[in-house]
Amino acid sequence: MNEPIDVVRMLDITKSFPGVVALEDVEFTLRKGEIHALVGENGAGKSTLIKVLTGVEQPDHGTIQLEGQVVQVRSPQHSQELGISTVYQEVNLCTNISVAENIMLGREPRRFGSIHWPKMNEQARNAINRLSIDVDVTQPLGNYSVAIQQMVAITRALEILSAKVLILDEPTSSLDIHETNLLFDVMRKLKNESIGIIFITHFLDQVYQIADRITVLRNGKLVGTYEASSLSRVELVAKMLGRSLTELDAIARVKSHEKDTEEKQQLVEAKGLGLAGSLEPVDLELYANDVLGVAGLLGSGRTEMAGLVFGIDAPDSGSLVVEGEKVSKFSPLESLKRGIALCPEDRKAEGIVGDLTVRENIILALQARYGWLKFLSPQRQNEIADRYIELLGIVTPSAEQLVRNLSGGNQQKVILARWLATNPKVLILDEPTRGVDVGAKTEIQKLVMELAEEGKSCVFISSELEEVVRVSDRVAVLRDRKKVAEYAGDVDDKTLIQAMAGEA
Amino acid sequence: MKQTSFFKKLRRSQIFWPLVAWVLILIFDAIVEPGFFRLGIIEDPAYGKHLYGNLVDVFNNGAPLMLVAIGMTLVIATGGVDLSVGAVIAISAAMGAVLINPALGNELITNEILTRNATNTPLPLIVLAGLAAGTVCGLWNGLLVSRVGIQPMVATLILMVAGRGIAQLITNGQIMTIYYTPYFWFGNGYILGLPVSIYIVAGVLLLAWLLVRKTAIGLFIESVGINAKSTYYSGINEKNVKLLAYAFCGFCGAIAGLILSSYVHSADGNNNGLNYELDAILAVVMGGTLMTGGRFSLFASVIGALVIWTFTVTVYSLGVPANALLAAKAVLVLLVILLYSDYSRRLMNRLFERRGSQHDTAN
Amino acid sequence: MIQRTRAFALRHGSLLLTIAVFVLTYFVGSQLYPAMQKPQVFFNLFINDASLLLVSIGMTMVILSGGGGIDLSVGGVIALVSTASAALLRSGISPYIVLPLMILLGIALGGLMGWIIQYLKVQPFIATLMGLFFARGMAYIISLTSVTITDEMYKTFALTPIHIPFLKAYIYPTTLVGPIMLLVAIYLSFFTRFGRTIYAMGNNEQSAMLMGLPVARTKIMVYAFSGLCSALGGIVFSMSLLAGYGQFASGMELDSIAAVVIGGTSLSGGIGNVIGTLFGVLIHGTIVSILQFNGTLSSWWTRIGVGLLTLIAIGVQSIFFLRTKRK
Repeated sequence: MNEPIDVVRMLDITKSFPGVVALEDVEFTLRKGEIHALVGENGAGKSTLIKVLTGVEQPDHGTIQLEGQVVQVRSPQHSQELGISTVYQEVNLCTNISVAENIMLGREPRRFGSIHWPKMNEQARNAINRLSIDVDVTQPLGNYSVAIQQMVAITRALEILSAKVLILDEPTSSLDIHETNLLFDVMRKLKNESIGIIFITHFLDQVYQIADRITVLRNGKLVGTYEASSLSRVELVAKMLGRSLTELDAIARVKSHEKDTEEKQQLVEAKGLGLAGSLEPVDLELYANDVLGVAGLLGSGRTEMAGLVFGIDAPDSGSLVVEGEKVSKFSPLESLKRGIALCPEDRKAEGIVGDLTVRENIILALQARYGWLKFLSPQRQNEIADRYIELLGIVTPSAEQLVRNLSGGNQQKVILARWLATNPKVLILDEPTRGVDVGAKTEIQKLVMELAEEGKSCVFISSELEEVVRVSDRVAVLRDRKKVAEYAGDVDDKTLIQAMAGEA
Repeated sequence: MKQTSFFKKLRRSQIFWPLVAWVLILIFDAIVEPGFFRLGIIEDPAYGKHLYGNLVDVFNNGAPLMLVAIGMTLVIATGGVDLSVGAVIAISAAMGAVLINPALGNELITNEILTRNATNTPLPLIVLAGLAAGTVCGLWNGLLVSRVGIQPMVATLILMVAGRGIAQLITNGQIMTIYYTPYFWFGNGYILGLPVSIYIVAGVLLLAWLLVRKTAIGLFIESVGINAKSTYYSGINEKNVKLLAYAFCGFCGAIAGLILSSYVHSADGNNNGLNYELDAILAVVMGGTLMTGGRFSLFASVIGALVIWTFTVTVYSLGVPANALLAAKAVLVLLVILLYSDYSRRLMNRLFERRGSQHDTAN
Repeated sequence: MIQRTRAFALRHGSLLLTIAVFVLTYFVGSQLYPAMQKPQVFFNLFINDASLLLVSIGMTMVILSGGGGIDLSVGGVIALVSTASAALLRSGISPYIVLPLMILLGIALGGLMGWIIQYLKVQPFIATLMGLFFARGMAYIISLTSVTITDEMYKTFALTPIHIPFLKAYIYPTTLVGPIMLLVAIYLSFFTRFGRTIYAMGNNEQSAMLMGLPVARTKIMVYAFSGLCSALGGIVFSMSLLAGYGQFASGMELDSIAAVVIGGTSLSGGIGNVIGTLFGVLIHGTIVSILQFNGTLSSWWTRIGVGLLTLIAIGVQSIFFLRTKRK
């Protein structure tokens, strides 16, 4: 057997942005004809590494070698010329023009200055046949499913100057099982043609289905590169989360309350609640004086579940009962009126209203409940704002500061304040401590536990197992858009990780 | 914080730059043509003693634009735009004319009708009908945008095209002259020496201010314009917020139509309110409200409208031929676009501190 | 078989619908007014709406390019071109210089607006409305009143009838400019990278850029093309009326947008073509003809009719669009 040849070698790659080190001395190699999975949780540095390789960003430090030669990738255009092609999660093609055009446009064959359609169609057909998929290249791209569109995107990527490296960034997020298998067949075919493929995904099952080697990043650093066949699933998850198996053997107890679940008042009951494409039907119970932790990797359906309970999306299966009443109308306002609150995962897009002041952000939901006409008086607003600024320790020069000028942690606190001001019975927090400094993290965790003591029901969704375990009375584990386990009382990290990884 | 002087507050508020622009034009007038500011008192047989002069004209003739600017501000603040305001003006004017005039259809206008000076419908009803028509137009636009989900520019374009046809339909294709003297009062009358239209503008401004600053509506509008998703997640029905904004804009357009038709004593489906939409958008942009939506100031938009109108009157009174006005206006638009573009905004933000939320002085 | 026809219908359905509406309207008109059955009436559609057709071709390309693309300056450019040429001709400059100059003017103005839209990031609506103001404003500055054209070449072009073989009908040389530009536009749309880039941009500008297509350059060029069409429209207009006047083509931008929309082009870009626009213009002309033959209804009914058709067209498009999106 031949020695494996490295087609890409990235050494000592370091990249920082203002305030954050995205990559630190990362080493990554890709062999010819291998499928190499790149995994890591949010903020691990996967996308930055790829951006460096494709010339979107320039590394502060480090070298990139392509087939043994040191190269400077100046721009995405340049990376394509070097033979590195990328296909993104959102299909970056145009659905109104034909498949052939999507593949060939930019290098279309011409005759006397105008497009030579028969020739272009023929070339496109040949390119597509390379992937063995059956498509009429004269049809508009929009006539085909997203999976096929993705194949076309791959075809285009490959057609450009004999690609040597193909980067697939979360290609299976919108595909079903059948379509994913189709994609994998294509990938195997390309592998046989000695193309190196970097496969970025958060679906661990798929990693084991298709990858030869796995590289794990965590917090901008390289954890390691492993042969897929010699790394167990549990070990993989542990590495992604920053644990070693020996550490896990030390048991961390979930703190136990005096009351048991049976004695607590049930506030919310979800039976078979689900939405096609987002969440398989789940059963869930929320109790007063209780913190339910939700653990699961990215893409496991945690945010979708929170969204269904809070009413952002209406489920297409199952039922939701709040304090004995069945919910028929799903909307944030309805939930607000029932006393359910949600601190969303994406602070920037779904949480803060950046150009409004701290005060206005804090009273926003409360005002929504009061309605259009009963406007909170300036005194009342200031009172509420000041109260929560002090209570949560929000660092801001004044309540009139624009929220977008606050740090991430303080923005999170503002959103928390917004919902606390509505005095909810159920408080769902989706990744409340992400991007928050250590001091604020602990404050928020303590607050959640205090709120539960006072009688609220809290749902604490987080990728950081130690805080989930520390804060929760019960823990639910989600994997691949399903709820796979729920634990109460004593549970340790190892058990949780096994549930998340898929090994009971 | 409490020590900020009045001037500092003013400089930070949204009305500062449009005010500066207006003052600059006035200064220009003072230098080049001192007669511009001449005010006199005149005795009018119909309306009694009242003020008279260029400045009065500016406010009187600029009233319709100021009204439309008020309505347009709310729409733009939600992140949209309303191109149909001109058509709404025409429709409202047409309704007024038709309800007054007994000569419907192809009935000949006899001398008797011409001199009757009477109306078919009582005046309050006419006013109400016009306002209702405008509000319905606004609701139509609002529904298309918020419920059907059509882009604001496209949705209001429909009424912009069809609206004039509707106005023509109402007046049966004719330019209808209005022969009812009490109707003229809106555009030509005077109270305490000042034109009625100023009072109407002040009244609408007050109503709008109460609506947006004394209820939660203003906050909701700004919130929707800045980040509609976060607003929705906070439990606010952003669809209805948008609907309200468009309906109010239609309402303002209707009042503007009333004043305009009263002023020229006629309703002309083709020409009433022509090009008002651009002037209104320009006034709002000049008032510092971003076209992408968010923070707004009604008062600043009104001043923006004043700037445009004073500019127009200045150009006329300078003796510049009327034919050059259009070209000069184009240059004004260009300047505003350049000054308020992303680039200049960043520059200005760096020169001055970032704006706080001083609503009290703004409006 | 059924699959094939269904696919064909979906793909070309919009265009077929437009053609059907045209045929229907014309048929109804000719039944109501037998005088409309004369072949000359059909050719009159092309004669009378020559400028509208030209301007709408440019408008179609601009709207196709997406991003809220629209050109509101068309009427103003016609006015400017007509008055400028009239003034230049009157002062003795040869038409062989005036004509190319006007074309350059249109291209330059369009290109400038395109540049402002692309690089200053001004919304096309605002930028071209400013262009409208500017162009019409300049026209008024050149001359407040109508200026007659007495140039021989113009007269020849305007008044020499070209007889259609086998039919008792005729057209003028100026009538041919529109159809010729239509063929040019068809060629550009379907056989050049320029045209395909326009379609790609209209669908997804970001994707087009990532695909490496020259988006910035194309955007400027498409507005320049529209300026060219408007200039040609102005030349044809001034030839047909043998005059230049600042008030010419007032409101033509709305008629043009309506024709484009009725012709099946979506205002959000990426969908539609100039062939549909041709029929949109013909429908407009048919409505006008019917009204003329009727004689009693005043011309503003055209506006309502056009407005209604536009509304229906946008409505139909939305339904179509929602259907395909849900896929």
